[in-house]
Amino acid sequence: MPNTESTLLTLNNAGVLRAGRWLVRGVTMKVDVGEIVTLIGPNGSGKSTTAKMALGLLRPDEGGAAQRAGLRISYVPQKLAVDWTLPLTVRRFMFLTGGVTKDSAAKALAATGMSHLIDAEVRTLSGGEFQRVMLARAMARRPDLLVLDEPVQGVDFTGEIAIYDLIKQIRDELNCGVLLISHDLHVVMAATDRVVCLNGHVCCSGTPTTVASSPEYKALFGARAASALAVYEHHHDHTHLADGRVMHADGTITDDHGDHGHDHGHSHDHSNRAEAPAPRRDEELHDA
Amino acid sequence: MLDDFFARAVLAGAGVALVAGPLGCFIVWRRLAYFGDTLSHAALLGVALAFLFEVNVTLAVFAVSACVSLALILMQRRATLSSDALLGLLAHSALALGLVVLGFMTWVRMDLMGLLFGDILAVSKMDIAVIWLGGALVLAILAAIWRPLFAATVNREVAEAEGMNPDRANLVFMLLMAAVIAISMKIVGVLLITAMLIIPAAAARRFASGPEQMALLAAGIGAVSVVGGLFGSLNWDTPAGPSIVVAALALFVLSILPALPRRPVKGDGS
Repeated sequence: MPNTESTLLTLNNAGVLRAGRWLVRGVTMKVDVGEIVTLIGPNGSGKSTTAKMALGLLRPDEGGAAQRAGLRISYVPQKLAVDWTLPLTVRRFMFLTGGVTKDSAAKALAATGMSHLIDAEVRTLSGGEFQRVMLARAMARRPDLLVLDEPVQGVDFTGEIAIYDLIKQIRDELNCGVLLISHDLHVVMAATDRVVCLNGHVCCSGTPTTVASSPEYKALFGARAASALAVYEHHHDHTHLADGRVMHADGTITDDHGDHGHDHGHSHDHSNRAEAPAPRRDEELHDA
Repeated sequence: MLDDFFARAVLAGAGVALVAGPLGCFIVWRRLAYFGDTLSHAALLGVALAFLFEVNVTLAVFAVSACVSLALILMQRRATLSSDALLGLLAHSALALGLVVLGFMTWVRMDLMGLLFGDILAVSKMDIAVIWLGGALVLAILAAIWRPLFAATVNREVAEAEGMNPDRANLVFMLLMAAVIAISMKIVGVLLITAMLIIPAAAARRFASGPEQMALLAAGIGAVSVVGGLFGSLNWDTPAGPSIVVAALALFVLSILPALPRRPVKGDGS
């Protein structure tokens, strides 16, 4: 349950089970008012699943998910394909769901630099333009919580930075919480308050700097990915394989969550206390 | 004027077209053409049951179509079969059941051709009342669920995450479809109902700059098809229902001719 008024949503040891396999498990996190939380992790690590639990689109099969009562959410999905058969202008798209006024739509389009495309058909926009229009629509609703799933897909590097700046700007203006999903920690760094690193479970979490320098992060993304911020070399003692199992330093392979019996319920400190100085470490470390 | 069979046919056909156009837009947008087919196949079972229990045909067809819609929703949630396989299963099972039930009732002599291709020239004043009142109700309900239904058509997850109820909108939409099948069966027949849903909507796409506009255009194009088809049918002594569909097809072909001006670039804000 959200413990204070300033907490927008919480996940408590939440997991989703599909066809006998845990897509993600043991996720504990929260998003506060005015806070940007970034979920990172490789493909198939459960980022989108976690976001869907947070949005209320998926009910956790284990643990719990809770939103503050009356929470107003804007969602920018990873993919939104508009078919040719559907005539949809930017103007109409802005009013897709409720809570948008002419005024707030115009303001949001101006803020994202998309005012000139208001009469364009959505399917004729470039990837970057469409991302900005989706951001504008999300912003025009003046949400309490903004959830973005890979908002920079199909956008070049400079465009990427501009979009992250925009997200920060939206947060500053609306003082909303932001839950951002990304596979790339580099560019989100500047704006992010807290990073949750997923790989089927919460690998580590904390401020961007602590996560980037953590062995779990490097183990997931490779030393090179973290080099921009890495402060020390680390010989990590386990590797996450592509299928989600874990290879330990001695070469043994265990099922990530099935067989080696560690308990996600035990009482060590979980990621919902962001300001902790050190990244929480993977439970496998205790086992190894 | 209503004493003239031709005037009655025009009124009835136009009433159906005005409802089928907007609903047909959703059929096109959501790629549900085969769903329309399934419901119209199931209509035959409705007719058979109406004879068996001696109830109103329109009501029986609506009830059976609604049941098929609900069965589809339930099976989509549980079964492992894909949606198109489920639709095929439901469509042809309902059709076969209908034919078997009719086979048992040896005392019923049914005009199968009229059922398959419609009998628009034989509509009564009562039929017209049912079409216009039922149609007005369908359009009113569609207008009420328009926003969530359209949002869910663009992206279901966005609609749901942002506080709409796409499941309820979908369910209501399916019931509206069942109602349209029931009231339009007599006009174009079960084989051609899907055409009245899809072709006017497809023809409207080229000229529409917004979804609401496309719905209105589709309704208009459908009504023009009805009038044109009926006049053609009168002139050349062709079957009425198929002539209406051919007229709609002609309008669709016109709409895709490259010579015509493209859809205006400026939207009208609708």
